[in-house]
Amino acid sequence: MFCEKAVELVRELHRMSDGQLPAFNEDGIRQVLEEMKALYEQNQSDVNEAKTEGKSELIPSIKFRHCCLLRNQRCITAYLYDRLLRIRALRWEYGSVLPTTIRFHMCAEEVEWFNQYKKSLASYMRSLGGEEGLDITQDMKPPKSLYIEVRCLKDHGEFEIDDGTVILLKKNSQHFLPRWKCEQLIRQGVLEHVIS
Amino acid sequence: MDTRSYMPVPPGVGTEENVFSLDDILLSQERLPCRTESVFPGLGFVDKSSDSRHIPEGTKMEIPLWLAKGLYERKRRVISVELPRVYREGWRTVFGADANVVDLHTMGPYYYGLGSQMLHFDSPENSEIAQCVLQTFIGRFRRTMDSSQNAYNEDTSVLVEKLDCLERALFRAGQSGLNAFQLWEKGLASHLTASSLVTNYRKRKLADLQA
Repeated sequence: MFCEKAVELVRELHRMSDGQLPAFNEDGIRQVLEEMKALYEQNQSDVNEAKTEGKSELIPSIKFRHCCLLRNQRCITAYLYDRLLRIRALRWEYGSVLPTTIRFHMCAEEVEWFNQYKKSLASYMRSLGGEEGLDITQDMKPPKSLYIEVRCLKDHGEFEIDDGTVILLKKNSQHFLPRWKCEQLIRQGVLEHVIS
Repeated sequence: MDTRSYMPVPPGVGTEENVFSLDDILLSQERLPCRTESVFPGLGFVDKSSDSRHIPEGTKMEIPLWLAKGLYERKRRVISVELPRVYREGWRTVFGADANVVDLHTMGPYYYGLGSQMLHFDSPENSEIAQCVLQTFIGRFRRTMDSSQNAYNEDTSVLVEKLDCLERALFRAGQSGLNAFQLWEKGLASHLTASSLVTNYRKRKLADLQA
């Protein structure tokens, strides 16, 4: 049956419904495109035959293949579009620098798209809130206090806060830091928010 | 509060399909029993049970919903679509008796979605199907809602195993509301946590290492 490969691509994304980005299935896409090419060529020759020799009995088959072409197109576009949604979400979860393992899962065009998205978002955030701009990826939950207690979950190296003090983020050490400075690190799983 | 940044394309409502929705694509992959009303020249290989080069008229075969929708036309019939078992008279009586006991996951799992899609094909039973699907949903909704609102910190696999895909989505929505409310009650609503994407990713990497 046609279109099995295309649905397999969609299933692959559907299985990871929490928004993780699986590796770009270049091979799968290629196979679907090949199938579409074969369908298209077969349809072309059938259409010509139907026109020149008036063979109207070919029409059901032409329609059949046409439906398969449309189906393949739908599956591929849905696959690519859903991946873009996931990549966009990564910008909000990980910040502007992605871990290499995840970047490894993107194809060249997706990396390009991610960079463009980063730029658009950054220039939008610069345009907000007067001179300095406003980071809208901060304070996703309304803050109760400006400083919070955090514990390091892994060695992260040196970290500079607003007043110029440099602190060493060492595993299991605890610090009292400005909330906006560590929100991103908490989201990335480097720090843990401690509530006493 | 749901702070997840990844929001998939939602499935279409009612008889509409959403082109980019992964759920709708998988729904339209469901197979329907059909009968061909004309010859399909040169496509014999699609029907694996025969060796002929063509699909002859009157062949009974199962084709996916998307293909049935594409080929189906009122004026020029090339296929006729039959109702899947669960939407026929016999099963409708069962749903009418007590919809709560039926395992819609094994019957479906897209019972409501497919039921609404079946209305695209002019069948004399259309209005009964629509009624039955609606009544089934109404009959089961209360139970789904109750269980999603009252299972806190529990294993929910038993509760969801008989639910259709639509009901599962509702169940999840109820659960996330319940969990968010409980967090708020404990004063943890402003607690910053690692993104679920990051934690899940790390878990998977750990599993890869151990394998």
